[in-house]
This record gives sequence, C-alpha cells and structure tokens, in this order.
Amino acid sequence: MSEALGLAARWMAAGEWRAHPGRVVTAALAIAVGVALGFAVHLINASALNEFGRAVRTVNGEADLRVRAVARGFDEMLYSRLARTDGVAAASPVVELAAAAPKAGDLTLIGLDVLRAARVTPSLVASQGAGPGAVASQDVAAISPALLAATGLRPGDSLSLTANGRTQAFRIGGVLTGAAEGQKLAVVDIGRAQWRFDRLGRLDRIDLRLAEGADRAHVARVIASQLPADAQIADAQTDARASDNLSRAYRVNLDMLALMALLTGGFLVYSAQSLSVARRRPQFALLRVLGVTRRALLVQVVAEGLVVGAAGSVLGLGLGLALAKGALALFGGDLGGGYFAGQTPDLVFAPGAAALFLALGVAAALIGSLAPARDAARAQPAVALKNLGDAVDPRAAPGAAVAVLALAAGAAAAFLPAVGGLPIFGYASMALLLAGGVAAMPWLARRLLSPLRRTSFGVPPLDLAVQRLWGAPSQASTALAGVVASTSLLIAMAVMVASFRGSVADWLEQILPADLYVRVDAAGQGLSPDVQMRMAATPGVARAEFARTAPLRLSPDRPPVVLIARAQGWDASVEGLQVGPSRSPAPGTVPAWVSEPYARLYGKKPGDVIQLPLGPKGAVRASVVAVWRDYARQSGAIAVSGVDYARLTGDRTASEASIYVAPGARLETVTSSLRAALPADLRSRVQFAQPRQLRAFALGLFDRSFAVTYVLEAVAMLVGLAGVAATISAQTLARTKEFGMLRHVGVLRSQITAQLAAEGALLGAVGGIAGVGLGFAMSQVLIHVINPQSFNWTMQTRIPLGLVAGVGVALVISAAGAALIAGRRALSADAVRAVREDW
Amino acid sequence: MAPSDSLAPALSLRGLTKRVPGGRTLFEGLALDVAPGEFVAITGESGAGKSTLLNLIAGLDAAEAGDVAIGGVALAGLDDDARTRLRRDRIGFVFQAFHILPHLSLAQNVALPLVLQQARAADALAEADRLLAAVGLAERGGDHPAQLSGGELQRVAIARALIHRPALILADEPTGNLDPQTAERILEVFTAQARGSGAAVVLVTHSERAAAVADRRLVLGDLGLVAADV
Repeated sequence: MSEALGLAARWMAAGEWRAHPGRVVTAALAIAVGVALGFAVHLINASALNEFGRAVRTVNGEADLRVRAVARGFDEMLYSRLARTDGVAAASPVVELAAAAPKAGDLTLIGLDVLRAARVTPSLVASQGAGPGAVASQDVAAISPALLAATGLRPGDSLSLTANGRTQAFRIGGVLTGAAEGQKLAVVDIGRAQWRFDRLGRLDRIDLRLAEGADRAHVARVIASQLPADAQIADAQTDARASDNLSRAYRVNLDMLALMALLTGGFLVYSAQSLSVARRRPQFALLRVLGVTRRALLVQVVAEGLVVGAAGSVLGLGLGLALAKGALALFGGDLGGGYFAGQTPDLVFAPGAAALFLALGVAAALIGSLAPARDAARAQPAVALKNLGDAVDPRAAPGAAVAVLALAAGAAAAFLPAVGGLPIFGYASMALLLAGGVAAMPWLARRLLSPLRRTSFGVPPLDLAVQRLWGAPSQASTALAGVVASTSLLIAMAVMVASFRGSVADWLEQILPADLYVRVDAAGQGLSPDVQMRMAATPGVARAEFARTAPLRLSPDRPPVVLIARAQGWDASVEGLQVGPSRSPAPGTVPAWVSEPYARLYGKKPGDVIQLPLGPKGAVRASVVAVWRDYARQSGAIAVSGVDYARLTGDRTASEASIYVAPGARLETVTSSLRAALPADLRSRVQFAQPRQLRAFALGLFDRSFAVTYVLEAVAMLVGLAGVAATISAQTLARTKEFGMLRHVGVLRSQITAQLAAEGALLGAVGGIAGVGLGFAMSQVLIHVINPQSFNWTMQTRIPLGLVAGVGVALVISAAGAALIAGRRALSADAVRAVREDW
Repeated sequence: MAPSDSLAPALSLRGLTKRVPGGRTLFEGLALDVAPGEFVAITGESGAGKSTLLNLIAGLDAAEAGDVAIGGVALAGLDDDARTRLRRDRIGFVFQAFHILPHLSLAQNVALPLVLQQARAADALAEADRLLAAVGLAERGGDHPAQLSGGELQRVAIARALIHRPALILADEPTGNLDPQTAERILEVFTAQARGSGAAVVLVTHSERAAAVADRRLVLGDLGLVAADV
C-alpha cells in the first residue's frame, strides 16, 4: 500500500481506536490470554522435560554408545568382548537397580567400576567430598544432593540401601555434584553392588567411549552383531527419544489445548472486526468514493487486526513468562500427567517458542480479520453510503457452502493416520470442524428460527425478537463466533473426559476382581515359591493368584514395555477386556496377550509372531493371541503365562498377588495373616491394598491429570462469554435509532428491554445448540482419533448430560443478561447522546 | 490511466441506459455534454433516477448501455481500480448527508483527497486549513465534526470536494438536510468556491432555488434529460 494510503489508514485506525478503546483492548486481551496460556504451558513442559532429560543424562552419563539390558541384565562376559572391539577406547560396566532408603523412598542405585567410569562417564563419579577412589573401596556410596536432603544425613553417616530384596549399609563418602535437581541417586562400587544385591555375574549396562576418529555407525554395527538377545545398543539420541516419547503426546495435547484459548481469542477478534466494519460501513463507502481501492481497504482492515494481534501477542508473551515462572515456583514442573512429578525445574526460556507463539497470536488476529476485511472491500459504495442504519436484507438467505466444505474437509481429515506418532490430522480435523461450525451459524440460526417466525406468539417483544434475528442471521454469527468456539471445545473435552473416565472406571472394575492386592516394591526381590504357597494356604484365603511384572526393552528409542507373567494364565482374565478378535497361537510359539497400547505402538495384531527377549538362549517366538484394553501402561504391556515365563527364564518368583477371601472371613484378619506369612525382611517391602483403594487412587490420578485441562477450558469459556457480552452490547448500542423509532410508534421501554432479553436468550439458545452439536462431533474426533493416535488407547463414548445442560443454560442466561444490560444503556437518554460506547 | 483531452468535455454521456431490478427502465439513451467550468443542475421527481445518474457518472454503478467519459476518458473498459483512481484524481463529491468522518479532525477530513493522492501530510493539512478559511471555518481545523452544525459540516464537505482541484464536482442534494437560511448560505459558498475552482459542476437537487444558480437546468424524467424550460 502506498505511503499516502498508509497515512489515511493510520488516521482512520487511530480515530477508530480513540473512539472505541474498550473494544480494541478487549480483542487484544483475548489474544493475550490465549498466547499467555499456550506459552506458559509450553514453557512449563519444556522446562520440566529439560530437567527430566538432565536427570536421564545424569544417570546415563556421556558415553558415545551404550549397551543396555533388555530385561533383567545380561552376562558380564559381554564386557570383556566389547572392551576389545576395534574402535572402542574405553568401556565401563554398570549395574543399575531400583532401590530404596529409609525416609528417602525410591531411588536409583548405580554400581560402577569407578576408575573405568572416570574415563567414559566422568559425570557419574564427579563428587564433593571423597574422590573417586573412595567409592571403589569398602561399602562407600556417593549420593545426590536430593537423596542427602531426603535422608537427613550428612557425608560420613551410614545409609541403608535396599535393592533386589537385599539391604546393606553404606557410608556416605561424597556428594554427586552433577546430579539433576530432585534426583535421588546413589553410586557404589560395582563389585559391591553385584555382591551385596545378588547380581553376581550380571550387568545392566556397558558404557562405551569410542576412539578418536572412529566411525560411530560402523562400531555400532560391529557391537550390535555381538550382542545376545537380552542386550541392545543405544546412544544419547535414542535415550533422548525414549525419554521424549514418554511424555510427548501428553505435552503436545496440552499445548493444543492451551492453543484453544488462543483460537477463541481469534474468534473474538473476528467479532470485534466485524462489528467495527459494520459500524464504519458508510465511512468505508466514502473512502471508496473518494478513491481508495478495494484492495487498499481490505489491507487497512487486516492491518488494524494485525496491530491488535501484535499488541496482544507481546502482552501475552510477558504474561505467559510470568505465569510459567510462578507456576514452576509454586507447583513444580508437573501439570498433572505425572510424567515430571517431584521436579522443581528452573525456567528455560525458549526464544523459538516465543517467536512461534507471537506468530500464532498475530495469525489468530489475521484470520479473525480476513472475513470482515473482505466484507468491507466488497460492499457497494453507492448502496452503503445511502444506508444510515443496519445494512440488513432479510431476503438474502445465508449460504452454507463454505461451512459444508470445511465440515467435509474436517471429517475427511479425521480418517488420516498419525504423523510421527502425533495426531496432526486429528488436530486439523478439529480446527476445520470448528471453522465449519462457526461458518454455518447464520444458516443454522435461520433454520432454527424459521418455525418460530411462522408462529405469532402474540407477545410483541418476542415476535419482534424472532423477526429481527431471523432477518439478520449474520449478526448472530458475529455475536456468537467466540462463544460457539469455546462452548464446542468445552463440550468436546467434557464428553471425552467423561468417556475416558467412565471407560477407566469400568476397566478398573474388570481388572480388579479380587478382594485384596499385594505388591512387592521394586527394591524387593519378590515372593518366592515357598512364600507363595504359605500365602495361598493362609486361613481365610480362598484363592491366590500370583504374577511377575518386569520391564522389557524392545526398542532402544522407546520406553520399556511391561512383561506380565501370570501363573493362572490369561484367557479368562482378558475376556472382559478384549479388544477385537482372538487367534490361536502358531505351533512352536509361546502365546502372548498384548495390551492395546503395545499393539498400536508396535503395529501388531492377533496372529502376528513377535520376538520376546527372554531367557539366556536368545529371543523366544511368541504369538499374539488377543489384544486387551489397558489404561495403566501407556508404553505397552505383554502378558504371558507364568508357566511359560518360568520355563524360559527360570524365575519362579512373583511381584504381585491377587487374593480372594473365603466367604465369612474378615479382610483385616486375612491381611494380618498374610503379612505374618511373609519373611521378616520382606514385610517392609510389601504393600497391601483393597480394590476400592486402588480404584480411588487411579481415578484420583486421572482427575489430577485433567485438572489443568479443566482450567484451560474454563479460561477459554470465559473469554468466549466476554466476547459474546461485548459483541451483543456493541450491536445493541448501534441500534439506538431503531429503538428511537419504536418508542415513537408507541412501544414501551419495558417492551424494548424484553425484546432485547428475548433476542439475547434466543441467540444464546442458538449458540448453545450449535456449540453442543459441534462439540459432540469434535468429541468423536478426540475419542476415536486423537486419543488413540496420541496415547494408543480407545474408549466408549459417554455423554455428561448434566454438564451439557448446564453449559447451555449458562449460555442462554449470560447472553440474555448481556443484551439486557446493554439495552438499558441504549434506551437511556444519556446513552443516545454519548460519544463513547465502550463496554 | 489515460491522460485527459483538454478540449474534451468535462463530462460526456452517450446513449446511457439504466434499468433497475424488476425490469423497470429508469432512463434510456441519455446524452449530455458538460463543458469545463460549466454548472449544470438536474432536477426531477423522486424516483426518476437522479442519484443513480450521479453514481453512473462516478463509476460507482454500471449502465446497461451507453458510455460515460470524464475529461475524454471513457469509463467503459476500466476495471474497478482504474475507475477508483479516476474518481480520486478528477472528481469531487458533496453529499446530502455530508459524510464527514466523525473520528477525524476537520482538517484531516478536508485533506483526505490530497492524502490519497500521495501529498505530504503537512502540505495537505495546510491546504485544508486554507480551504476551511475560504468556506468560513478559519482556525477550526483542529475541531471535530461533533462540534459543528449541519451547515458547518456541509462547508467542510465542500472544502473536501475542492481541495484536490477536480475537473468535475458531483453534488447530490447538497442543501437537502439544511434549513432554508442555512441552505441559502451554503449555496452561496458552494457556488462561489466551485466556480472559482474552474471545475465543471453537476448538481442534483429538488430545490428550485439551488437549481437557479446553474448555467443550465435539466430535468430528468420520462423524456430523458431535457432542458428545464421545455
């Protein structure tokens, strides 16, 4: 646009903003809130992930390559072979155990050959106090600051560590200065670890440093060719991918949710710009007459929106930064998903993310301004100049072509697969459905109001209200765009959460059929066959079923799956949880029942043959018999029979027990008897829980994980309601001439007020119907596309009728209230003369 | 844009025909030449198509047949942007409803056509102040429209119509919203300024008094555009 036209545009924009600063501020604030929420959520997650990654790197060190156990360790003879491999400069053997300490709870225990580790992963031995040599001798441990603080001990004190069912006292020799904040870590001599904790002859990891100039890929291939089935090769990148994959879907979904508030802000800009354009129609017509081209006018309106968007985005970035800083300080880095629990990470500012959210805020304002700008440019100047009031032609039936196109595209996008494990097309589907739904508002408003228009209620205010809304359905769209967007998103999320929670609750009922559950913690060794027999023979126990769970690392860049071996088999227990058909196992294979997340993550289905790295002889061929629903293990689970597991691994211990109490026996008595049946050194490592406790705990975790979701949804709804109030107010104030005319022909002030209230209520009802219908459609995308593609689980749809009805009623009341309040101002004598019409 | 022919009429209509939705013919085969500096008044009954005729001349509407030429430049064959630039450079407008932008100062309102022609803001505003003084609103450039009466607003509109020295001024009922005394004064100002600028003027009006100041009076009716004394 030429400089001259830019000057005229600046005059026009400045004049408009001076006259109506409230509306400009409202639109900018809406963008600011959206950007702030999205940026804050992103920063919190990024900071937590950074800290999480640092913790992982602390445990893993800085090795060039790493050989890791797939399940329960591998033969330590592998170490000497790898250390002699060409290209390997140094190798460090590692034992890594889940452990526990008094007052500190769970921690990670690492056993190192300190001298070798100092050459490969020096950060694991960097410590204050005793140097590396001290750890190598006797029972001395170097521990992280967080573990030191948790135990309340000091260097030199004695610390009891329990792992693999064994407890041993160590003297605290030093503090690990390189440990991540909040990480509980203890490093001891590898020989002590293997001996004290019953891991003789076994290693969990070998860290490798490559020789200068060695070809990493070639060395990795050579090493991989030497590995047994129970070991796999990885590096820092695969480690990063594995830890990133653990929480990626959760973080991305939360980011998308936060962006919904921004989307609502964009619709608010659309409403504000539409109103501004409608009010300035004669002015724009004059400009066209005086010689401003259509394109220049379109650019002007868009530019006004961009300025609002830019101002709102900059403000939003500042707010978001403050919000993230405050949230991290007060609540830590976990937003409810549990992936980063216990962390209090430092805020990591991400310039790239800041630029992205700034661009998104501006883009939201730009998109919100395009339709009004196009309307301004397309208006016929001669006609617009003559129209001194509303340019409403009831004969013009609103079209639905754009809406149908957007809705159809949205529906089609829902059928497209995930991209890189993320439901990109699912999000696109939601956005298209939303855009299509809002675009369909004028058509829908007319269709819904047509039956009412053909009916005369005999109540002038109601008849006038219906006639007016029927004749101006586009104005309804302008008023309701923001709130329909936020309502539909709220309904979509509410249906999804209700469906998810209902499915989880049903699943818990099916997966917890016993009267009592027993679990040995990770530091405990497990329930031996003798202990199992004693427990089963305990008075009051009708039946006891035992299972062993263990992590199984099938892919270096994915979190481990959980292997579940159940002594009593699986057919009956998965019957109620089965998803899809079952197949008989192929001859010569071990039957395996895989969880839904596993099946989706690894692309397996009943009838497929998989390799299970169990036992010392290499991988075992297993047949997928059926897929079962599992909401507990997002990374996947594979169930096999306990008999097969014991045969393949030689491990007959159990880590869990399901107890069925005999009729007439008291649960408390049985629990005490079972505890007494345990070996003394195991009693402190075993937890007892009743099904209702487990169900309450699981559902509590579920509710907590969605708490942030509810907050974001509430904010989006408030932004939308603020938008509908501001828009209805502005539209009402613009009709003072109309009200003046009505008063002249004898309509009472109270009747005009009633008309406005009826208009508001009808608008709210139309918006509510649109929002609920659209929200339900979007909920199906959430339930059947986004959730499965993100988290790899499915659920049945459930509709929270109470909440849906409540939202609808709230919308009707707030819209009617806004119209009523604005109407009172419009009818007052002062308002007619007022220059300022701000809300 | 094609340069104007200095010997050509300021405005030329040939065979202009306009129908309205519904099929009714407003006028058919209109012909008119307005010489540079000539003042033409067009009267007629309500609904005869006077304002529509002005819209056709300004390029804001399209005729079913016929040609309109401004300074020798035919509107037919020009796209919307070209017609818009033609209006910007060669036509000034005075409306019945004034159409003064409420959020701009008086000087900014008057300067708008010059600003659209890429004049520097300072130069445009200075020229605006000069014209405001010429129409009797000296030292009022910083005021806003809300502070003015109807007559004063129309003076501002007249100043705006003249600031860019257009070849043609189109005035649609410029005194239609004014009381008789104010209308008389405005007519004097408008006539003096328009004649003084050398622009051709086409004035559409119901007012016999307003039509009387013109060099030529035409009536738009069933017979087309005819001289008023026929």
